[in-house]
Amino acid sequence: MPLEAKNLYFKFQKQESWILEDCNIRIEQGERVVILAPSGYGKTTLALLLAGYLKPDKGQILLEEKQLPKEGIYPVQLIFQHPEKAINPRWKLKKVLEEVGEIPEGLLTALGIEKPWLDRFPGELSGGELQRFCVARALMAEPGYLICDEISTMLDTITQAQIWQVILEEAEKRKLGLLIITHNRHLAEKVGSRIVELE
Amino acid sequence: MWIDENKMKCKQQKLLEIHNLSLSFQRYGTWLRQESLEVISNLDFTVDKGEVVAVVGASGSGKSLLAAAILGILPPNAIVQGEIYYQGTRLTARLQEQLRGRDFALVPQSTTYLDPLMRVGQQADGHRKPRPTERRKKIFEKLSLPEKTGKLYPFQLSGGMTRRVLVATAMLTEAQLIIADEPTPGMGVEQALEALQMFRQMANEGKSVILITHDIDLAVLFADKVAVIYGGNTVEIASSRDFERGEEGLRHPYTKALWRALPQNGFEPVWGTQPYAGSCMKGCIFAPRCSMRTWECEEKMPPIRELREGEVRCYHAT
Repeated sequence: MPLEAKNLYFKFQKQESWILEDCNIRIEQGERVVILAPSGYGKTTLALLLAGYLKPDKGQILLEEKQLPKEGIYPVQLIFQHPEKAINPRWKLKKVLEEVGEIPEGLLTALGIEKPWLDRFPGELSGGELQRFCVARALMAEPGYLICDEISTMLDTITQAQIWQVILEEAEKRKLGLLIITHNRHLAEKVGSRIVELE
Repeated sequence: MWIDENKMKCKQQKLLEIHNLSLSFQRYGTWLRQESLEVISNLDFTVDKGEVVAVVGASGSGKSLLAAAILGILPPNAIVQGEIYYQGTRLTARLQEQLRGRDFALVPQSTTYLDPLMRVGQQADGHRKPRPTERRKKIFEKLSLPEKTGKLYPFQLSGGMTRRVLVATAMLTEAQLIIADEPTPGMGVEQALEALQMFRQMANEGKSVILITHDIDLAVLFADKVAVIYGGNTVEIASSRDFERGEEGLRHPYTKALWRALPQNGFEPVWGTQPYAGSCMKGCIFAPRCSMRTWECEEKMPPIRELREGEVRCYHAT
């Protein structure tokens, strides 16, 4: 069941030129696609469109040849670059995870999330620690596809390697399709099974 | 007396000197009891004129707080101990206020630092008179920002473009010390190299740059020395040349682990997490994750010592 974007067009304002113009992409189940492109080429916009945060002006996004659902948990989950902007600052992290469902202990251990962190507010954890929660939350939603938009650029190299190891393992286990956005060619070669360069 | 005079001389060649800096946050625990939470302890660090110092380390190790402590823009519940000297004079809150924006410039970490209601060109120009518009355009061009960028509002820029605008803003100032807090994420490799090259250029002109970053592989190409911070402590100070030699050139096990975790060097994580600031640890802060640890490491925090023209906080480093 591939995730497909067909002839996408998108712009934020009427008078400006297209950010995405006739954009096509197809991700198979279990595939790890990396998008490499300079900044300002609409990578994040594409991620937001695929994850359903924005609606395309023209074109369509299909999962298994069908339109994506309008209700319920979205089967395409997005992990953002800035975890501190993606989590409700007034919720303790336990509540953040419980919003998705029952907390799977095994996943937390794999991600290196420590029990006491669950009783803290997001402001009391570092970016690397918060990003682990964002990954946990996205995986708990049991998506078919996961989009990782520069999820490790703000993290130190050890944390980066830790988080990617978990994502790759889970992707393998669950046959997830991954769309990975990064500027780091070395990282792209390490985590991707196919590299797409936008022009 | 003679020794004191000598020390004074040393201080004048150095632009910034940090001695024994500790930083803690005063906060309320249960039942309104006040607790203090130490996030930086015993940090030593110097920046010479014309030098680029890269600061690398774990996320949440206190790198950004270090920048805030130098600038004097910490939140009110922060308590700073230790001394910071700028050109030989001890920094006070009043002096910091005078120096900010004039001698010190900051490239902030978060892209939300731009005024959302002001065109970015205007923001970069600031209140300087006459307006440095021509120079700004040149810097924008060098950072490969398209010409119309100056007329855009922050929400119309991508993450990488916003960073480049922030970098340009700092370059326009006449500051002696530029503190760049993760200036490169979101930029492509070519742009990141261009931005770092501009910092190097500024250092060659006699200014000093503190470059806080996670891109160790890029930073060592431009920095003179690298300070490695873990859990609020400096664990190693190495010259960039040591990194070029790879793991053998490095001293502290944490620095070696950081290097090994780079995607091009094996992508190998070390399990466990950095101890939370304020967790009272007697011994070495990296001991729980270290493969070289002995009973000694768990008993007492190793002092920082000189080793192969660098500094390291480890009993076993060779």
